[in-house]
Formats: sequence, C-alpha cells, structure tokens
Amino acid sequence: MSIEALSIAGRELPSRLILGSGGFASHELLSEAIAASGCELVTVALRRVDPGAQGSILDAIESAGASVLPNTAGCRTAPEAVRTARLAREALATEWVKLEVIGDEETLLPDGVELLRAAEQLVAEGFVVLPYCSDDPVLARRLQDVGAAAVMPLGAPIGSGMGIRNPYSLTLIRRAVSVPVILDAGLGTASDAALAIELGCDGVMSASAISRAHDPVAMAAAMRAAVQAGALARAAGRIPRRTYALPSSPESGMAELAEASARS
Amino acid sequence: MRAMIYVNGEPTELRPGAKLAQALALLSLSVEARGIAVAIDGEVLPRERWEQTALDDGARVEVVAAIQGG
Repeated sequence: MSIEALSIAGRELPSRLILGSGGFASHELLSEAIAASGCELVTVALRRVDPGAQGSILDAIESAGASVLPNTAGCRTAPEAVRTARLAREALATEWVKLEVIGDEETLLPDGVELLRAAEQLVAEGFVVLPYCSDDPVLARRLQDVGAAAVMPLGAPIGSGMGIRNPYSLTLIRRAVSVPVILDAGLGTASDAALAIELGCDGVMSASAISRAHDPVAMAAAMRAAVQAGALARAAGRIPRRTYALPSSPESGMAELAEASARS
Repeated sequence: MRAMIYVNGEPTELRPGAKLAQALALLSLSVEARGIAVAIDGEVLPRERWEQTALDDGARVEVVAAIQGG
C-alpha cells in the first residue's frame, strides 16, 4: 500500500485527502488551505452565475496546483443530479463528478434509491462517478456494480463534526467493494481522518472540519498529516485488542524492595 | 413584438430571435466566458452551439458557474 497516493479510475492522486471548498472565508484562504493540505482534488458546487461575484474560484484552485471536482450538491432527484453533472462537465471540462442526491432536509442524508439511479445513468454517459452514500455496505456494492469509480460513505451527517459514528460499517464496506472507499462527511478533527484510513478507507474528504476550524490552514496541515499517519499505521498493523493487560516490562528479575515492616 | 426570456429566473424582454449572447450579456458574460455552462429549458447547450443559438419566446436560460461548495 502506498502511504501517500490514491488511485481512482486509473488516475494517480498524490494525496489521500480530497478538500471540500465550502465554508472558506475567502478564495485566498482556500488557496492557502489547498497548499497546506497537499491535495489534488477540490470540490466545487454549481450555482447560477452571480454577476457581482468577486474573483474566480477556479483561479484560486488552479493557482494552488489542484484540480476541480464538481459536485451535485443541492440535488434532490436523480434527473436533477444528472442534469447538474452534465452542466458541470460542460462548464469545467471534466468527466469527474462527486454525485450527491440528498433525501432529508434536516440530516442531509443521501437518498440511496435516487443516487443509484443517477450513478447508473452518469456512468452510461461516460462520467467518472464518485457517489456520496450512506454507510451501507449493500448500497456500496450496488454502486460499484453500476460502475461507480469509488464510493464515498459518510462518517456522520454533513457538517456535523461527529466523526465516524459507525466504524463497523466502514470495515464492512471496505470488504464489500474493490473500488476505492473515501470517507466523506462528518469529520470533526484530524484523528477522525486517521481513524478512517486505519479502518481501511483509501481516502478522506473534508470540507467543514477544515474550513470552519479556528485556523483552517493549520487544520488542513493536520488533516494531511493524519491521513499519512493513518496509512502508516494501517501498513504497520495494529495490535489485537485484549481484555486484560499484557505487561510491556519483564516480570522476572525484580529487586527485593519490600519495606522492613512488611517482613515477618 | 417582444419575446419574454427567463435568464436565471429573471424575466427579460428581448426581440424575437435574440441570440444567447444577448442573454449572457445581461449577466456581464460573453460566449467566450470560461467556467460557465448553459441550459435551455433544462437541457445542457453545448458550448459549440452558443454562438448560433436563438432564444424562443418563453425560453428558460440557466447560466451556472462553479462556486465554493462540498
């Protein structure tokens, strides 16, 4: 296992981290965070053109040496997500899409049925589809079966910062699919990213945990180190969990140091 | 006679047969603009057709670009 690189659909990415661009206070801050994160892919959303918008996010991303990964954030149905992906391909000249189809307003949890439908359609149209999905191993396999280039299960709801609520599901997803597994959504801090890789994920996507941190650039650096630490630890192999202690110092050869009063 | 065109939801009167470029101009954009995509009545319009495309009365033109997100 390579410590740093992540390969998706035959494309070698120099980092296991994918950065979400949402929530950064400025394009300058985003550029600095990209540089600190070392990531190659940065997500963007598509919205109606704002004639008063200041600067181009594409310049901010490309000047930092990264590429855009458009998403279909905000879509509620498969047809809407498919149309948004087509617009993204036209606007940004990339076949890659982070597919999101949201099914619940409060939790922003994905709608698995619409997601699968949209993924199948987009794969047929030649897209490289990276679906944001629930942490369901069966759905992950179904997404792989229709040609998804990776699966992106959530750790917890978007922006919740709750970390990985169900580590067991992630280990099952890792076993269920052969495409890359990229933990998406819910991270709170760097240790969550390290855990994701230790559990078998190939990559981690983080937006809010970085952009809404007190110091986003420092958190981007922390996330970069965390995914490296997770990959190193996974390659090194964790020790088994035990119910009772296993001494790490020898038990023999102890000096006789009992107090005099304790002697008979 | 005028044609009513909806550009990103804004109703706009243009002369019948107006070109897409006129709708884009309302957003301070040209057909050369980078990083944008256009849909008319829900269907993506490939860039190579922007120049010659004329807008029918009632056309709904959506012009999108990348923003921060995800």
